[in-house]
Amino acid sequence: MLERLGHTVDFPAGQTCCGQMHWNTGYQAEALPLVPRFVAQFRHAEAVVVPSSSCVAMMRDHYPIMAKEIGDARLIAEVDQLLPRVYEFSEFLTRCLGLTDVGAYYPHRVTYHASCHGLRNLGLADGPLDLLRSVKGINLIEIENMDRCCGFGGTFAVKNADVSSAMLAEKTTAVLNTGAEVCTACDNSCLMGIQGALHRQRTGVRTVHLAEILAGSEEAPR
Amino acid sequence: MSSFNILLDPKTSPTFPIAARAALGDTQLRKNVRHATEVIQNKRARVVGEMPDWQQLRETGKQIRQHTMAHLDFYLEEFERNCTRAGGKVHWARDGEEAKRIATQLVKEHVSPDSPEVIKIKSMTTEEIHLNLALEAAGIRVYETDLAELIIQLGHDQPSHIVVPALHKNRQQIREIFQREMNLPALGEKPQDLADAARRFLREKFLRVDTAVSGANFLIAETGSVTIVESEGNGRMCLTLPDTLITIAGIDKVLPRFVDLEVMLQLLPRSATGERMNPYNSIWTGVRPGDGPRNFHVILMDNARTEVLADAEGRQTLNCIRCGACQNACPVYRQTGGHAYGSVYAGPIGAILTPQLQQLHHAQTLPYASSLCGACYEVCPVKINIPEVLIHLRNKVVKQKGPLNPEAIAMKTMGAIFRSERRFRAAQRLGRIAETPLVRKDGSGEGWIGWLPGLLGGWTQVRDLREMPKETFRDWWEKRSSHGR
Amino acid sequence: MAAEPNNSPARTEILRRIRAANGAPAEGTSASRQWNAIERDYRRSATLSHEQILDLLEDRLRDYDAQVVRAAEHEIAPAISRMLQGRGLSRILLPPGIDPAWLPQGFDFVVDPGTSAADLDPFQGVLTASTCAIALTGSIILQNVPGQGRRAASLIPDYHLCIVRVEDVVETVPEAFARLRNTETVPTTFFAGPSATADIEMTRIKGVHGPRFLDIILVG
Repeated sequence: MLERLGHTVDFPAGQTCCGQMHWNTGYQAEALPLVPRFVAQFRHAEAVVVPSSSCVAMMRDHYPIMAKEIGDARLIAEVDQLLPRVYEFSEFLTRCLGLTDVGAYYPHRVTYHASCHGLRNLGLADGPLDLLRSVKGINLIEIENMDRCCGFGGTFAVKNADVSSAMLAEKTTAVLNTGAEVCTACDNSCLMGIQGALHRQRTGVRTVHLAEILAGSEEAPR
Repeated sequence: MSSFNILLDPKTSPTFPIAARAALGDTQLRKNVRHATEVIQNKRARVVGEMPDWQQLRETGKQIRQHTMAHLDFYLEEFERNCTRAGGKVHWARDGEEAKRIATQLVKEHVSPDSPEVIKIKSMTTEEIHLNLALEAAGIRVYETDLAELIIQLGHDQPSHIVVPALHKNRQQIREIFQREMNLPALGEKPQDLADAARRFLREKFLRVDTAVSGANFLIAETGSVTIVESEGNGRMCLTLPDTLITIAGIDKVLPRFVDLEVMLQLLPRSATGERMNPYNSIWTGVRPGDGPRNFHVILMDNARTEVLADAEGRQTLNCIRCGACQNACPVYRQTGGHAYGSVYAGPIGAILTPQLQQLHHAQTLPYASSLCGACYEVCPVKINIPEVLIHLRNKVVKQKGPLNPEAIAMKTMGAIFRSERRFRAAQRLGRIAETPLVRKDGSGEGWIGWLPGLLGGWTQVRDLREMPKETFRDWWEKRSSHGR
Repeated sequence: MAAEPNNSPARTEILRRIRAANGAPAEGTSASRQWNAIERDYRRSATLSHEQILDLLEDRLRDYDAQVVRAAEHEIAPAISRMLQGRGLSRILLPPGIDPAWLPQGFDFVVDPGTSAADLDPFQGVLTASTCAIALTGSIILQNVPGQGRRAASLIPDYHLCIVRVEDVVETVPEAFARLRNTETVPTTFFAGPSATADIEMTRIKGVHGPRFLDIILVG
């Protein structure tokens, strides 16, 4: 999709993880080395596009403090310079490129779940919905309590499996109530949980990342 | 139906996941909690939405609270000076035990020895230290006068919410309690019937009992005044009718100046109950001849608040004005209600307050009782970044537990994997091999995992997990690049 | 009353802990300077015309099921008479300092004797003046001054008839606090509608312990 819009895309092979799982679970020491690693992998990019809102929130909210904790003046400066160029995928399209119509075609019934970190930490607001509304052929159906957490929460899903399951049950009920064939979001981790429950319940409803929808075109429909 | 008659004390309560499981099995409780939190959330959203300057108020609220904490010794001394000058008597208590000792002693000095009894205004601070138990142990009869607290007291129950402590009970359950405890077999179940019963039950006590115990919403350093916000008028009764009033307040409750109330009295009611203003706010200063109690005591209690203050990350917890908005907004609290938190402070604020007020090792699971969705931070009227404090406390728990447990070892291993591209690629290959025995094909030929062992088993309680792709994005990308685009 | 010195070990210890946590003792001049530096960008003045403010207050009060009537100064007594007749009440408590010109004939008005609170229980209602009203929140502020009296007087009787002067009505909470300046230590009660609770299934119930019925006469 990015290439269709005329951009040159690179995927630095040395990238691994932003460190969110470690940081948010309390393993700060394990997360710290991933900051200089990220900077080393991406420092030359004009823009870093991340298809996961919570990873971007992790970087924006924590990398500056983490760099300070490491105490390396050069790293602090590099993080400062790099972070403004790091975008969540939908944010890159709507805010950096100023696009809502990316020429996509997706002839399906779709509902959108607003992932917490995208909504609250990044302030994505209606950006992703604007992108979806501009997709040709789409039938977009609003979900009830769009902004309520799906229950994933990283290690929360295993540490508090019962509560997480109850939260997820409300979310999947809301998805099913829309009658959509596809549930989308800007965060694969939410989608992994929602998809896992929808599959367990044999609902036939699929989850796809927003990028997969926007990648569809009339020439190559999905 | 599950019963929570045990005391909410982190030292003896089950861990959050265990208690939450019990709560999740109580469908009536969950229905009551969902209903109540939805009603308050919607009311709050409506009255906050009509305030064009809400974000400015929040910012000022935060700055006032931060400023207060940075000058707490100065403002407490100023409060003491001004309250004393106005005829109040200020006492200091290092911990809950000392506060209870002082309060019990003061009650005993003032009540008639034949029928020692006190009326009480709902106060989370006195719940925190279980003051009623101490008073009762000293032979003093305690009457809670807030309707919800009365329901809790007569039902031998525990509060489950900061503002609406009986929100886990519905009208039928409340009627049963009142029928039994007030001996009113014919009592109806309309909320009005129940409130009328409480009015009759308590009226006589308001007019008879001559000693009252209260908490405080705010103490004003500049004037030595105390503020209580409430709805029912039971607070006004307790503050004005008895001869003696004993107010117990955490040292965090002080505000620098009278005019700071103009901010707090806008933030608190809209956040707490979704009202533009509480039905009643009382502000009084010391003793006023001919109006209210002749004896007025304030007990300023630390009870580990100074330890919270000493923690640079955690100290913002002390900015809390106890509105409960975070509880209503929290998707976890919505499922479990308050008792699962094993503390009178439940929900997101409880998850950060309890571990800090108690020794952390009694509350190691509370900082994890959150999906970090951020709904709490969004509604907090003084902008406490609860998710950040939770993460900070999780780090402390990890340090406390040390490196020799399965989770820590797994985390360390994954840390090592993420630090190396070679190990990362190897882990992806290994993962595909290791999962093979667990993968089952579904009807459409896709591979899914329906059962995972050990720590990960929680995932597969209600979810399947898709098998790892035969070709990762990385593989696909590299193949595509080498073939040219 | 002279302040007794309080040098309890608990006091000393708590102040020591705070100073250790903050790194140093706080001091008045810098506290004052930093307090003044707190940003206050919220609304602190009216945006509506005075007539709109009065309409807003009326709306808010009616929201609480209070009856509101407007009256000119010379119409206060007949307005009070109509209100009390409408409610069927006759034995009414008065705080000291109520303007006798307000009082209509045919009712049993009794000035608060200042005795025990239980003596106030038999009264059917209370008539008071007020210090200030806030339109945005529908709040009325009472203080222990002539015409408003001790706090128990406006609390025990089941009915409260309150006289609010239009010049005392402000739009916002901060404007009300500006008016309370210099009387901060007088016992002060804000009330917004009759007493209420939502403790049972979040259903708002009017009237628990405070007056269950409230009427307002807006004068001017």
